[in-house]
This record gives sequence, structure tokens and C-alpha cells, in this order.
Amino acid sequence: MKKVMSNKLMIAIYILPALLLIGILIYIPLALTGYYGLMDWDGIGEMTFLGLENYITAIKDMKFWDSAYHSFLLAIFSTLSLFIYLGIALILASKIKGANLLRKIYLIPMLLSSVAIAQLWIKVYNPSNGILNSILSAFGIDNPPVWLGDTSIVLYSIFIPILWQYAGFYILIYYAALKNIPDSLIEAAKIDGASPLQIAFKIKVPLIMGVIKVTVVLAIVGSLKYFDLIYVMTGGGPSGASEVMASYMYKTAFSSYNYGYGSAIGFLLLLITLVVTYLIRKFTSKGDEIQY
Amino acid sequence: MFKRKKAIFWFAILASLILVLAGCSDDGGDDSTDKDDENADTTISFMHLWPEGSSKDHYEIVEKIIGQYEDDNPGVNVDVEVLGNEQYKEKLKVLSSSDKLPDVGMTWAAGFLTPYVDGKLFAPLNDVLDSGLQDQFVSGTTEAYAIDGNTYGLPLELNIAPIFYNKAIFEEHGLSVPTTYEEFKNVVKTLADNGVAPIALGNKDRWTGSLWYMYLADRIGGADTLTSAIDRTGTFEDPALVKAAEEIQNLVDLGAFAEGYNALSDEEAKSLFMNDQAAMYLIGSWDLPNYTTNEDVPQEFRDSVGFFNFPTVEGSGDLTSWVGGPGVGLFVAENSDVKEEAKKFAAYFVEQWGQQAVADAGVIPATKVDTSAVELPDMYIDVLDELNNASNITLFADVQMSPESAQVHLDAIQSLFGGEISPEEFTKLHEEALAAEQ
Repeated sequence: MKKVMSNKLMIAIYILPALLLIGILIYIPLALTGYYGLMDWDGIGEMTFLGLENYITAIKDMKFWDSAYHSFLLAIFSTLSLFIYLGIALILASKIKGANLLRKIYLIPMLLSSVAIAQLWIKVYNPSNGILNSILSAFGIDNPPVWLGDTSIVLYSIFIPILWQYAGFYILIYYAALKNIPDSLIEAAKIDGASPLQIAFKIKVPLIMGVIKVTVVLAIVGSLKYFDLIYVMTGGGPSGASEVMASYMYKTAFSSYNYGYGSAIGFLLLLITLVVTYLIRKFTSKGDEIQY
Repeated sequence: MFKRKKAIFWFAILASLILVLAGCSDDGGDDSTDKDDENADTTISFMHLWPEGSSKDHYEIVEKIIGQYEDDNPGVNVDVEVLGNEQYKEKLKVLSSSDKLPDVGMTWAAGFLTPYVDGKLFAPLNDVLDSGLQDQFVSGTTEAYAIDGNTYGLPLELNIAPIFYNKAIFEEHGLSVPTTYEEFKNVVKTLADNGVAPIALGNKDRWTGSLWYMYLADRIGGADTLTSAIDRTGTFEDPALVKAAEEIQNLVDLGAFAEGYNALSDEEAKSLFMNDQAAMYLIGSWDLPNYTTNEDVPQEFRDSVGFFNFPTVEGSGDLTSWVGGPGVGLFVAENSDVKEEAKKFAAYFVEQWGQQAVADAGVIPATKVDTSAVELPDMYIDVLDELNNASNITLFADVQMSPESAQVHLDAIQSLFGGEISPEEFTKLHEEALAAEQ
């Protein structure tokens, strides 16, 4: 096998199918998006070369920065929610009764499609017939908020299902990582008289730091390019109060037929995500990996 | 070892081949299905957006017309492709960028049409209209598909937007149909005071709110004010257009629209109206089957629905001026190989459609309907009469505008209803967007 792997041609043939796919489906379209961003194009007719004008417009476009702000808010909230998931995973992994069942329950939202989740939460949030406002009215609150119609709260109303959707995913990752920690370490700590809290935060969490870093990157990048629930639930409305970068890109390209400008926004979205990923990796790379 | 290496090599080749083949198989499948029709002399490809699942009546009429056409014209074969609404729009766009549009397909009027016409992808159909077809259309309908004197679409549908209302709720509160805006506001107030949502509005979709604005603009400023502001012969800073925006906010303050209107989709708003939770609902006449023939809707509800014209505002405005317009129409591709045959088919389709659509699918066609020849529910007859007596039909504002301005308009509508912008800001946004396009 070693001999096979040392053959350059062999290696090339092995990676060729995957490379072709990823090249055709991801890298070439990425480059094309950047290129379309330089054009004035409605997606149908002739293209005209504009230079960097689309990118300059985007940088001056308050709507774009509003949507970027919303995306970053989502990133912050998803990162914060990771602490809760970590806590739940710590409890689940500490051999409590029914952990197995609970783990499965947490994972169910992951198995639903985004559109189903969106429809479900639209019903929950329905201003007059929704379960949430029905409960609030039953408790004597006369004017329960219009969750998806009020510009000041719509963003947070949407964050809840988004975080809910991914909770199971992160809990599962943490749970698996925690289960990987050798029992001998925990037992040794117990013999030395460590309290459960000390075991959790001084031993378990540092040991899975590598996994935690990965989830932070996943959560932030996933939030920055987030699209589906927002598109289905509000379409970025009302009045752009829940617009994120990806939904704004979609709107300009496919509803306003401004393909060039939409591509420019898409390309900026890519750049922002790349920079943020680079920064996170830079700030979290300090400290050696703990071995056990 | 050598043998094993060889085996791995061939396996890798095989694996990549399978991938490549898998990629192609989809297209291959499509081609092979057409093989049996190869003896036909001409094949017209036709794309429409009424899948059997969601628009069964439409689908069946289309199939019937195509069958008749193929029987009447031996040697001609119509190759149909059906897609749902949104996928249809996407596919049309993709096909147009590779210049592979179907010979005959469906398009929307005005704003949607413009990029395709600019790209010289649709054929002018003036010759088809001049050969007698023009007289069969309700006047004003083909104009929505005209750009610079050429008509690029043959409209199939025609809709106007009346205010549907729930007679039972009106009776319960002792209300009668309003003919003036003052009366209308009284109806709204009475209903709101009694805890009934006066109007179901799904303004998440935004064009729904636009209908209300358009009517107010029409009644306050006259039939041409909005249209001329959009085509730039007038201006959006016209006081009537500001006044109309003010009235929208007054209605909002009166509690006219069911709670959460900016968060509801049109479907959700419709379900409020259809479950007796709101008294009025302004929507296009495409919804008529729900209030007449649709067996899935309880008879009791269907019997209790009526409609009225948008009232006059302070004595101005014309009750017979409507917001509405043609829906989809047929285009013929400019670069079609069988352009003449395609035009003939499109003309045939429109004529046949006009005779069958209203009776079999409840669609009001853009061609004139002889109401005495078909048996129709009363509400259809009333709407058709209104259409015949209409003094004006103003095309939906978002359809009139270019896609880009339409988005500005729709977003501004949502902000106006939500009270986030003032009427002056509302008109200024429009003025800027429309002026930027010139």
C-alpha cells in the first residue's frame, strides 16, 4: 500500500473525482461570482463591465451593513448558546439516568428539514392563533407581541428556532467528545478529592478544548452565511428588520434581477467569512493541545 | 504487488467514470423519452406552470387543447414541460442565458418581460394580433405586454381586485356595504370596536398591501396618477400619492388590519378570512373559486361571501376603476426554429383557452367571455359584468415597475404599513428609485 501511495500518478487518480466535483461545483462558481460582481448584469441579457463599482456601492450600502450586523448578531448568539449546549452535554455525559433518551430527544430538531421547522415556528408565532400568543393571552396578557411582525423583536424571534435547530448537533458533538475522555483520568481526580464541578471545568472542558474550538468556528461561519429559516419565515422583513447577508444577496440577485450586484454581495460575504474564520483560528490557536 | 496496483488503478478509473456517467444520466433520460415522436415533422416545445398536482383544472385544459391541436395539425407534435411557479421562473432564466428557451412558454407582463425583450429573446406578436385576434381580447389587456409598440405576449388571464366581505359578519353588526370612504371607515371602526378583525391582510408578501395603496391612490388622485408616476411622465411627489400613503397609516391606526398583518403571508391572511376571523379581504378575482365552486370550502361560508368595489374617497374617484391586470401570457421565442408554427399554436391556444378556462377552471380569460353561452356561478357573472363596465384597470404596481424598483416599492409598502417611514419618506423612496433608472 505504501508503494501505491508513493506513486504520484496513483495519488492524482485517487483524488481526481473528488477534485473535479469540488472544482466544478465550488471553486469555479466562486471565481465566477467574483467576476460577475464586476459586471452590470440582469442575469438574462448582455453583461457590461463596471469594474469595482458594485463592490463600492455595496460598501456604501446601509442595507448591506444592516444585514451584516444582523448576521454578526446571530453569530454572537450562536457562540453564546454553545455554553448552554456544553453544559447540557456535561450533564448528559455524567451518567445520569435516561441520558440516552434525552440525547435522542435533543437531536430530533436536527432531523427535521429547515422548511418544516420554519413552518412549525410560523404557526407557533402566529399573532392571533399561534400557540405562544394563545398561552400568553391565557395568562392575561392583553396585547402579546407580534413576534414576526414587529421590527424590534423579529430578529430575536427568529434566532430562537435557529438556535433550537442546531442545539442537538452541538450537544451530540460535545457528548461524543466527553465520552472519549478516559475514565481513568476522572477516577484519579475523584481519588484526589476533586468535586464534580472541578472535574467538569478543570479536567473535562480543557480536554475537549480542541472540539470546542471547532464548534466555535462552525457556529460563527454557519451564522454568517445563514439563510434558510429567515428566508422562509420572514423573507428578511418586515422592512429589512430580519435581513441577513445571504438573504439580501438572494433578494438583489433573484428578486431585483440585479445579478451583478448580488454576486458582489455574495463575494463580500465570502471575504467576510474568510477573514472571520482566519481571525478565530488565530486567536484560538494559542496554547498547546492537551494530550492524554 | 504489481497485480494489486493494476487492480487499484482500474478501480479508480472505473470510479471516476461512474461519477461522470451519473452526472450525464439525467439529460440522457430526457432525450430518450422523445424518441417515439421522432417521425413528427415539427415539434413545438411548450413550457407551462400548472402542474397536475397543484393546478389540476388548468393542467387538464392545457392537455386537452394540445391534444386538439395535434389532431387538427397532423405532423405537429407539442412537447410539454411543466414546472411549478417559482421553479418555472428560475428555469426560464437559466434557459434564456443559454438561449434554449422553449418555442412557446409563459411570461408575466411589463416588468418581468422587459429584460427578455431587451435581450431579444421574445418574438413580437403584432402579426398574430393583427390577423384578427386583437378583437377577441378585452381592451387594455395586451397593452400590458407591449414595449415600444410591439406586443410580446398573449395574455391568458385577467383579474381585478374587489374587496370580498363576509355577509354574515356584516349582518351581525348591522353593517351595510360601504360606497364612500367615510362609510368604509365606519365599518372598520364598528368591527374593530366589537373585537372583530376588519380586514385580513397578508403583508409579508407585500404586493397585498400594495393593492390597498393603489386603490387609495386611484380614488384620491385619479386613474392616471400612479401610472404616470411610474412611467415618469408624472412624479411620485404628487400630493395625491402622499395623501394615499397618509390614508394607509390612518387605516392602520384605526386597527383596520388583522393583528400581525406584516408577519402574515397572503395564505395565512386568507385563512383568517375563510375561518370567519376577519370581515374583509382585498384580493384578485383569481380567488373566486374559493367563494363559489371549490367543494373543499364549506357551502355555508361560500354563500356568505360577497364583494364590493373600493369606495370613493371624499367624492373623488370612480367606482368602476379597478386595480388588476392580466396574469400570465404566452410568449414565442425569437430564436425558435419553428417560429411560425409556434405563433400559430400560441394563437390557437389563446382562443381555445378563452372558451374553456372560465367554465372548467374558474379562470377569467383575457379574451371576451360570452356569459350567455356558459353556465357560471352568480359571483362570476357579477365580476365579468364589472370587467365589461370597467372604466379603467390599473396594472399591479409591482408588475408595472422594473424588478429593481418593484423591490423598493414592495419594501416601502411594508415599512409604510408598519409605520417605520412617513408618507413623505415613502414617496421619496419611490421617486429616487424610479428616477435612478432613467
